[in-house]
Amino acid sequence: MKNLDTNTQHRGQLLRRISGRREIVLSAFIIILIIAVSIRSPYFLTISNFKNILLDSSLLMILAIGQMMVIITAGIDLSVASTLAFSGMAVGLIVSNNGGIHPLLAILMGTGIGMVIGSLNGFLISKAGIPPIIATIAAMVIWRGSTFIISGGAWVDAYEMPYSFKQIARNTTLLVPNLIFIVIIVSIIFYYFLGYTKTGRQIYAFGSNPDAARFVGINVAKINFLVYMFSGTLAGLGGVLWVSRYASAQSNTATGFELLTVAACVIGGVFIFGGTGTITGVLLGSFLLSIVANALNQIRISPFWKLAIQGAIILIAVITDSILSRRVERTLREGGGS
Amino acid sequence: MNVTDISKGISSAGISEKEPFSARSLFIRWESILILLIIIVVIINSNISTHFLTVRTLFNMTFNFMELGIIALIMSFVIIIGQIDLSVGSNMAMSAAVMGINYQMGVNMWVAVILGLLAGTLGGFFNGVLITRVKIHSIIITLGTYSLFRGIAYVILGDKAVSSYTEKFLYLGQGRIGNSPVPVELAIFSVLAVIFGIILHKSRFGRYMYAIGNNELASRYSGISVDRIKVIIYTASGFICALAGVLFSSRVSVTRPNMGEAFLFEIVTVVLLGGVSIYGGQGTIFGVVLSLFLVGMLRYGLSLVNVPSNVMSVIIGCILIFAILLPKVLRRVFAVR
Repeated sequence: MKNLDTNTQHRGQLLRRISGRREIVLSAFIIILIIAVSIRSPYFLTISNFKNILLDSSLLMILAIGQMMVIITAGIDLSVASTLAFSGMAVGLIVSNNGGIHPLLAILMGTGIGMVIGSLNGFLISKAGIPPIIATIAAMVIWRGSTFIISGGAWVDAYEMPYSFKQIARNTTLLVPNLIFIVIIVSIIFYYFLGYTKTGRQIYAFGSNPDAARFVGINVAKINFLVYMFSGTLAGLGGVLWVSRYASAQSNTATGFELLTVAACVIGGVFIFGGTGTITGVLLGSFLLSIVANALNQIRISPFWKLAIQGAIILIAVITDSILSRRVERTLREGGGS
Repeated sequence: MNVTDISKGISSAGISEKEPFSARSLFIRWESILILLIIIVVIINSNISTHFLTVRTLFNMTFNFMELGIIALIMSFVIIIGQIDLSVGSNMAMSAAVMGINYQMGVNMWVAVILGLLAGTLGGFFNGVLITRVKIHSIIITLGTYSLFRGIAYVILGDKAVSSYTEKFLYLGQGRIGNSPVPVELAIFSVLAVIFGIILHKSRFGRYMYAIGNNELASRYSGISVDRIKVIIYTASGFICALAGVLFSSRVSVTRPNMGEAFLFEIVTVVLLGGVSIYGGQGTIFGVVLSLFLVGMLRYGLSLVNVPSNVMSVIIGCILIFAILLPKVLRRVFAVR
């Protein structure tokens, strides 16, 4: 019997390790997907196509990192796409009227706008006590509407933007395309912040047990405020990059993108009830979503399928998560109980 | 310690019947606030347009928000049991798409309607089963189906739209009862509102819903089959969304896959403004009906003065935040007193 006990306990640890090692499962899945699609389409597995996929996923990665911090606190930020659109439109309008603005200043302005919007969300949620889903749904509508209002419904087109602005997303830094370079910088900053600073660790602590966090003296309101501010800031940064990359600012830019950021997190193993989530997982989750979107084009599936498939992927990820974690729990309970 | 001691202890702890700020008194107050706001909006609207306070205009106005209203009724149930259904607008589009494509392929109009209703009901059932079996909060499950159902609508219809429905079908969304000025949609809404009100306030099922919303775990331990009630409510939500999709197609005489994209937000606004607590366990159908008419009239008034719809959505977004902040502020003010 004793032998059996250690055996089940061992299995429990093993399962926990496997479900914790979301990155490995995801990477394996990504590789399988790449092999499967390459068999169907020879163009898929080329360097230029992968550069495209990476560029496509970079914007998603930036926003998903913000979304991850919010979800770690068991919240949700549905306003990121509208924030992106508003900051992109505002900066687009500014640079099209003042061609001489330095690209770095444009980036800073967009990021600043996002930070203000995120801070408003953070204030409503942490100080006024409005539930995250309601505050950010309201923000989603308000900032989407404001994007229409400041632009009058018109687009800012490529020819109206100065060359230097459009080059933000096209130039390279140290041989790395700017967008990917920015993703790397953002990832490193937040990897360090979440893993090695006091405030970063407090975000996890608050997410896994809000009451305990309060009792040990963590400033809960501050944490709650910060995550929404960061999420807004990253969305603002994403707005500038989006407009620069596609050389067009529209009122309906990125509608539905908030859903993709949540999907990237859920697929990347960020637990929706808070407390867990890693940058690597989220990056892989975003990458997987971009590969799927690209693969759909490659094997000529109608773009109308995209939305349905995204929804299905979210559901499958959530269901797998739940089954895995329940099995681990059961194994652990059996191991400890006997 | 005898019984009176205990009851004294309880009342001194502030849990007495005459507690100055009970949930009930808040509701009475809340609904009177809504009525007051409606009166203000009516006065403003009738000053803007002399035609506003005519029977015909008032009835015509309701065409604009009846589909939204019937979904708001079931959304109140969902929120009262402490859940949320983000997939309502998408489910509406999916059901309407199923109906539309069947009609276009030559299926009899009413058979197509039934197929559409069936599709929506199935969608709702799917939500309910996932939420109770997978045990993940409904925000994530319905966020997934929000995308999935809308996606299915796009897969079915692509960039096409279905139109040229039969006269009799169009009567559902555009017609009036007999020779009266009462729209069919308003009649359907009224009947549903009465049924939902009776279920919520007069039936055991309704009591269970409040219980679940207040304390799900305690309800489970006291023998309420929480999961069954959740599945029933989500299935009903699917059916109601499908019905709204059918009515919407009939009213605008066309079905497009992007129908009802902005619905979710307005429905949630109406429900919360109606005094339903986002934390579950509180709310009345009467409040939701009042807030529906308040938001509807406000929208109508804003359109009378040519406010563009995007500005309108900004205004309604602010109202949503206001609707949640106000009770909190009131509570604080009264607590200080």
